[in-house]
Amino acid sequence: MTALLLRDIRLAVRAGGGFGLGLAFFLIVVVLVPFGVGPQSELLARIAAGILWIGALLACLVSLDRIFALDWEDGSLDLLATAPLPMEAVAAVKGLAHWITTGLPLVLAAPVLGVLLSLPVQGYGPLVLSLLLGTPALSMIGAFGAALTVGLRRGGLLLSLLVLPLYVPTLIFGAEMARRGVDGQDYTTPMLMLAGITCGTIALLPFASAAVLRVNLR
Amino acid sequence: MASLWEYANPKKFIDTTDKVLPWVSVLAVLCLATGLIWGFFFTPDDFRQGSTVKIIYLHVPSALMAINAWIMMLVASLIWVVRRHHVSALAARAAAPVGVVMTVIALATGAIWGQPMWGTWWAWDPRLTSFLILFLFYLGYIALWEAIENDDTAADLTAILCIVGSVFALLSRYAVLFWNQGLHQGASLSLDKEENVADVFYFPLLVSIAGFVFLFIALVFLRTQTEIRARRMRALLARDRMEA
Repeated sequence: MTALLLRDIRLAVRAGGGFGLGLAFFLIVVVLVPFGVGPQSELLARIAAGILWIGALLACLVSLDRIFALDWEDGSLDLLATAPLPMEAVAAVKGLAHWITTGLPLVLAAPVLGVLLSLPVQGYGPLVLSLLLGTPALSMIGAFGAALTVGLRRGGLLLSLLVLPLYVPTLIFGAEMARRGVDGQDYTTPMLMLAGITCGTIALLPFASAAVLRVNLR
Repeated sequence: MASLWEYANPKKFIDTTDKVLPWVSVLAVLCLATGLIWGFFFTPDDFRQGSTVKIIYLHVPSALMAINAWIMMLVASLIWVVRRHHVSALAARAAAPVGVVMTVIALATGAIWGQPMWGTWWAWDPRLTSFLILFLFYLGYIALWEAIENDDTAADLTAILCIVGSVFALLSRYAVLFWNQGLHQGASLSLDKEENVADVFYFPLLVSIAGFVFLFIALVFLRTQTEIRARRMRALLARDRMEA
């Protein structure tokens, strides 16, 4: 499992893996927002938490098809399927690798981009915490969607259509937590719900992803 | 004792539904006509909502069937995953477009009613939002069916999507409750008598709900038959090509 994880991370970081693309995409989304809604800092401060969450979600989304597509094309997914490692573990590790190469950089970049959106000071902690708790769920759900569409050519758009509705609960609780943090309210409830969703997706979705991969490899 | 699983045989399913279909269709037309005409022309106007209240005879049944169609798809998907009866997978596929139309009817009638009553076509109310999300789930489900060429693969993948999607749809339902306060009124029908709409509206509403249920059954039967026949036709064509 560790070997697979390291291999995936290495592949993502080295040239052609698209590491950093998600991060750049996140940056562009955040930079475009003030052009769209105007530069007033009060307005930006009010929507900053939501924008950062949506940006993170979209950045996650654009990098999803990489989770399985390359391995599917060159046949290494078939090899992984015949390896002693259970398919569930493969799906979980792939999701984890996606989170480390996409989700984690987003979490680290969010406070910097928060400055651009004049995020209020008390909001930084809850925002980073909510992204840290929520992005693993985004990666696991995304891995499921990527597994569903892996056998399709031009599956990218379909992938977004399938995955975005599944992102709704995570986004609601994550953005709510960040927003309450910005407003200086108590954010325990959405935080617990968000953590619950993340734990649930990590525990259960690899089984669904593995079932889907087995169907696709049939 | 005949088992339900007999109808997993496509021929048996077509034979039986052929017999039942005319009756269900007639019942659907009768109930819909009775419920709607009774509702539209022979019930009084509400003292606050005026005649706009009558959209309830379309709105409530279609909303109910939009959710029930998804539940039916979930059950059919589970049957497909567990027992691998092709009719079940095809029934789920057949129900999806019907369900999406019901969702659109519910959203559209709601908007038409909401404009004069709430003063807005759309509000981010939990119920409205969850219906919009349900609509997106339907779209994804249908798109996935259309995208995959191999029938069995498509059936497997959509079944799993339906099961996972159901969990997330339920989660979204409660998440949006948390996210925004409601504008929508409470349930029109419930086992708790106090909550129900007044009797004058209640009985025509029941009839028109029955009409929507029969309509749904008739459409799903018809569409499942079509799917079975289309698949059979493809098999025959493929055999012809093999022989040629």
